[in-house]
Amino acid sequence: MKPIRTITGRGVAIRRTSVDTDQIIAARHCLRTTRTGFAEHLFATWRAEPGFPVGDPAHDGATILFAGADFGSGSSREHAVWALQDYGFTVVVASRFGDIFADNAVRSGLVPAVVEDSAVGAMMDAVDADPATEVTVDLVALTIRAGGVEAPVRMSADTRQRFLDGHDGIDVTLRHEAAIRAFELAHVPIVKAP
Amino acid sequence: MSTLLDKIWDAHTVHRSGGGTDLLYVDFHLLHEGSSPQAFEGLRLAGRRVRRPDLTLATEDHVVPTRGLLGRTGVAATMVDALRRNCEEFGVALHRSGTAGQGIVHVIGPELGISQPGRIILCGDSHTSTHGAFGALAFGIGTSQVEHVLATQTAAFAKPKAMAVTLHGELPAGVSAKDVALAMIGRIGTGGAQGHVIEYRGAAVEAMSMESRLTLCNMSIEAGAKAGMIAPDAVTAEYLRGRPYAPAGRAWDEAVASWAALRSDDEAEFDRRVDIDVTTLSPFVSWGTNPSQVVELSGVVPDPSADPDPALRDAAERALTYMDLAPGTPMREIPVDVVFLGSCTNGRIEDLRAAAGLLDGHRIASGVRMLVVPGSAAVKKAAESEGLDEVFRSAGAEWRTAGCSLCVAMNDDSLAAGERCASTSNRNFEGRQGRGGRTHLVSPTTAAATALTGRLTAPSDLGALR
Repeated sequence: MKPIRTITGRGVAIRRTSVDTDQIIAARHCLRTTRTGFAEHLFATWRAEPGFPVGDPAHDGATILFAGADFGSGSSREHAVWALQDYGFTVVVASRFGDIFADNAVRSGLVPAVVEDSAVGAMMDAVDADPATEVTVDLVALTIRAGGVEAPVRMSADTRQRFLDGHDGIDVTLRHEAAIRAFELAHVPIVKAP
Repeated sequence: MSTLLDKIWDAHTVHRSGGGTDLLYVDFHLLHEGSSPQAFEGLRLAGRRVRRPDLTLATEDHVVPTRGLLGRTGVAATMVDALRRNCEEFGVALHRSGTAGQGIVHVIGPELGISQPGRIILCGDSHTSTHGAFGALAFGIGTSQVEHVLATQTAAFAKPKAMAVTLHGELPAGVSAKDVALAMIGRIGTGGAQGHVIEYRGAAVEAMSMESRLTLCNMSIEAGAKAGMIAPDAVTAEYLRGRPYAPAGRAWDEAVASWAALRSDDEAEFDRRVDIDVTTLSPFVSWGTNPSQVVELSGVVPDPSADPDPALRDAAERALTYMDLAPGTPMREIPVDVVFLGSCTNGRIEDLRAAAGLLDGHRIASGVRMLVVPGSAAVKKAAESEGLDEVFRSAGAEWRTAGCSLCVAMNDDSLAAGERCASTSNRNFEGRQGRGGRTHLVSPTTAAATALTGRLTAPSDLGALR
């Protein structure tokens, strides 16, 4: 993973709550054995509706997605994260995320920025009013700024450090190999298949 | 004073980072073809092996056909072939489609006795919360985390909060664990338990069979919970006794004795408590496009303009447009095209028995297509030995082989655009059962009653109709 300190770009807002991962990418489009090739299926059904903001030329090139609460609820499919990244998003901003989606995002290098609801709403207003509004997400200071609004980003110290360092999760864990080995020897016998 | 969550968490903590995450040892890791290919590919690229193949087991469920054989070509065959090659290469046991041990991953884990009290069980599927019914901490993970568990047999997480959902009283006849789950989600919302592990407690939980407890814990994710769990008791032990992966002999006695400690202490503090009086519940059904948009089957389609919360109002208006429903319509007047009985939520033998009990000797309504898809090959075999397959066939339903089928619609089964389905599965999201398909979540007996009349029907409505 590439280290991420700050991201500046344009935003686009989906003013819907509980955007589940089935809407981000339908299961029938997850039948692939790679992590790429999902962009065309991102929000595929909704993008066919007139006025849906993602895919609207006014927001072309946006890298920061704003959405209503409980974004990424439902299925654990990491394809939802890969599709967002494939399409060009690097940050998703919402007041609350589905747990598994947020964990998948962190592990794949997509920033799930938890921001208080009223600030999300104000920033949505700003990017809707002017799609060229500059949005900056700063993981060093844990803040987000857009259209004259600034708000804190909620993120655990470990998650923040992971973005700043860009370390692979498995490598980080394997630093504790001795502790894992000791735990196994003390508590986890070999299981023979019946 | 500790909760059940505290006890299992602490017993599995290998390392505390101090920065918000704990590294947990994973007792068992379940795999399926849908979420694992990229994880194995990651291992290959990094030159890593599966650390504990003995604590890992795979099955084929999401993409496999439930009618006829898996083709040799096509996307489903590609996914299944990838799993077979990966399991072979990395030494992981695989329950292939067409064999006696195959089935939906959350149905075979309990059947094999893998789902045991006190364990941490992970799987690349959100309905892994099902296994918590045994007093395990079980939750779904994504593909990167699957790779992490394969490589290290551990997973790093921030500790969730603890939430107690207490079910008071005795369930009325005709009301099932599925109705309780829908009622709860309707009350607290799809994000109501976000960041929490739900522990279900109370008289109604204690009185539930293992199958019902599995249904209840299965639906926890639909309330946004990390997991759902139920402290083990005599029902748990009786279910596990003699299962292939369950301990035997002296080890069994020791295991059962150790499970007695797996309960929240009387004075343990929960971060949140929800109390539900189940004595007043009746069958529930969803009207919208997320599992919190539910109503009693005796009720009507709600009027979104009555909702004071603008976000919920918008969501409800959108949902009604998608579902093609008008506020005030009695739920009982809504006709369906398809009835689906199956899934990791309601594809176990008890579910099939309950539905068959209503269908026995009757025919489903003309124009209705009913799919009965057992959750596993073992459920199918048990049902056939009891003659349930004959009951379903005689009633006019299709009797299938085991798989996820119409719950996830990434296989041969899906709704056509505009088709309306009464489904015992877990999600009524837009397009979940097929692009443009409309889903009403129901219990197995409501599904059966609905198949008989062709309209959403509670089991208790049938008496008057017959």
